[in-house]
Amino acid sequence: MAFKTVGHREKRYDGLAHVTGETRYVDDIFVPGILVTKVLRSSVAKGQVRNIDISGAERLPGVVGVITNEDVPNMHQDQPVLASSIRYKGEPIAAVAAVDEDTALEAISKIKVDIEEEEAVFDPLEAMKAGAPKVRPEGNLYMYGEYPFRKVVFGDVGAGLKEADYVIEGEYFHPALEHAPIEPWASLAVPEADGRLTVYTMAQSLHLTLGWLADVLHMEPDDIRFIKWAWRTRQSGITSLSDIKYIGGINGGAFGGKLDIQADHIPAILALKTGRPVKWRWTREEDLLYSIYRGAWHIKIKDGVKKDGRIVARQVRSIRDAGAYTLFNPYAVEKHCFLATGPYFIPNVYVEGYCVYTNKTPACAMRGFGITPSTFAIEVQMNKIARELGIDPWELRFINAYHNGDQTATRHVLDSVYLIEAMQALAKKAGVKLPDKLMAMTSAERSKQ
Amino acid sequence: MPTLKLKVNGYDYKVEAEPTTTLLEVLRNKLLITGPKVGCNTGDCGACSVLLNGRLVKSCITNALATDGSEVVTVEGLAESGELHPLQKAFYEHYGAQCGFCTPGMLMAAKALLEENPAPTREEIKEGLSGNLCRCTGYVKIIDAVMAAAQEMREKTEKEQS
Repeated sequence: MAFKTVGHREKRYDGLAHVTGETRYVDDIFVPGILVTKVLRSSVAKGQVRNIDISGAERLPGVVGVITNEDVPNMHQDQPVLASSIRYKGEPIAAVAAVDEDTALEAISKIKVDIEEEEAVFDPLEAMKAGAPKVRPEGNLYMYGEYPFRKVVFGDVGAGLKEADYVIEGEYFHPALEHAPIEPWASLAVPEADGRLTVYTMAQSLHLTLGWLADVLHMEPDDIRFIKWAWRTRQSGITSLSDIKYIGGINGGAFGGKLDIQADHIPAILALKTGRPVKWRWTREEDLLYSIYRGAWHIKIKDGVKKDGRIVARQVRSIRDAGAYTLFNPYAVEKHCFLATGPYFIPNVYVEGYCVYTNKTPACAMRGFGITPSTFAIEVQMNKIARELGIDPWELRFINAYHNGDQTATRHVLDSVYLIEAMQALAKKAGVKLPDKLMAMTSAERSKQ
Repeated sequence: MPTLKLKVNGYDYKVEAEPTTTLLEVLRNKLLITGPKVGCNTGDCGACSVLLNGRLVKSCITNALATDGSEVVTVEGLAESGELHPLQKAFYEHYGAQCGFCTPGMLMAAKALLEENPAPTREEIKEGLSGNLCRCTGYVKIIDAVMAAAQEMREKTEKEQS
C-alpha cells in the first residue's frame, strides 16, 4: 500500500504565508472606526469595590464607552468579567473604549475606585487550613462531589506498604509556568451591518470558547441595559450562538495558554454598548502577570518497594494552586491523579488530589494539563528509589514498566504497550549499553513471559 | 502633526507622526504593513525587527520621526520579482516557522546576519539571532534553515562569479 503522507516530508499548510508575512493574526486585522480598549485592574489581591466613579473617564473627549460590572450581561463560569468583589491583584474592574491608545490610558487614570481591602491568602498549603481567609464564599477547596479532593483507589495501599521491604518517601514542588507566546492576547469585536457580532479570536478551541462567549453575552431583548446601548439599533441581541461570527484558527503561539476567553469578552461587550468595532491587545506585562498559566504543584509520594525493585504500593497527595477561579484547574487535578503511577504497574494505589483556591491570577491549562508535573515528580522519585536500593535506574524502570494486559489504577486494561521496546531503542540511540536480560525483555503479557 | 518621508519595501510614503510615535506604529497602524509584530513593545522579543538603511533595528523602540528620509525593508519586501528569498524558502522547507509570529522578525535578523557573515557557524547563527525570541521551535530548525539558506546563497554567488 502506498501512502501519500506517511514516509514523506510534508510542508506546513500555512508555511508559505508565515515566511512571506501574509499570515493575518488578530492584531493584524484593521477595520474602519476601530476603538482601542484599556482595562483598569485591581491594585489589591482581595477586597470589595465600595464605590466606582467613571464620570471623569466618560467626559474625556475621545472616550466612546466605559463599562463596569453592571454592564456585564453574565459571568464567565464562576468569574465575573469585570469584578466588584476582588479575588486577585490585576483582576479587571472597568474597561474603556477610546479613539486611540493614549486617550484610553488617560481615561483609565480618571476612573475613581474605592476598594475595601481584605485579608488574602497566597500559599495553597495555608489556604487549606481551617480558619484561612476565604478566597471564595464556598471555601478554598474545589469539591469533587462530596469529597474535597479527587480520589483514585486501587488495591489496598495499606497492605502493600506493609508487604514492602522499603518505604521511600519524596516531596516535590513544581513551580507555576507562564506560556509566554510571542503574541500577546488580542481580540477584535466588530458589529456587522447584518446584526451579527464578528469576533476575531486567538482562542485555541473555537467551539468551546464560542459557547462561553455566547453565555457571557446572552441578554434578553427587554434588558434595560441593552435597550439603551447603541447596538439596539442593529438587532435584537445575542440570544444564540449564531448571533456571533467567531473567526479564528490562527494564533501566534498558545501551548495551552489560549484555552480560555481571556481577551474576547471585554471588547465584545464594549462593541455591543458602543456599536463600534473594538480591539483589545494586552501589553506584554499584562500578558505575563495576568494571563492564565500552569498552576504550581506540591506533590508528596510514599512508595512501598520490594528488595527486587518492584513497587507494590504508592500513596500520593497532590495539591494544585488554582489561583482565584476554577477554569480548567479541577480537570488538571483529575488528569494528574489518573496518571499518578506513571507508565508503571503498581498493584496498590491511593491518590488524593486537591484543587486549592488562592488570591492569585487564575491558573489554567498548559501542555499535558496536570500530567507533566506528575511525570516530573514520578521520574525523580524513580531515581531516588534506584539510588536507595542500589539498582540501576534503567533496570528499575524495566522492572516496573507496564506490560500488555496490565490494569491501571483507573481500571483500564492496557494493550499496545511499548514502553520496554521504547526504552531499548532509546538506550541504543543514547549509546547506553544495557544488560542482555533487559534487552531480551518485551512488553508481552506477563502470563506469556 | 509633523510628517516624515519613508521608502518602505521600494515604495515612497509620506506619513504623519507624533514625536512619541514608533517606527513600528507607523508601519502597522498607518501603512498597514503588518509583517513586523507587536510582541513586547520594549525591544526584547525581536518580533518587530526590520532593516533600516540596511541595518537591523527593533522598530518598536525606534522613534519614527528620527527615521525621516530612510529606507525600510520588512518581511514583505524580502521576496524579489515574485521569487522567495533563499531564507524564506529555507524557513519553509526546514520548518523554521511554526506559529509564524516570530518569523518576520527572525527572517530580517537572519538577513542582516548573512549580509555581514555569508558563512556562519551554528554558534555564530545563535549569536546573530540572539535578539529574537521563538517559543515554538526550540531554535534548532531555525538554525538549520539559516545554514541551508547561507549555503544556497554562497553557491549562487559562486555560480555568478564563475
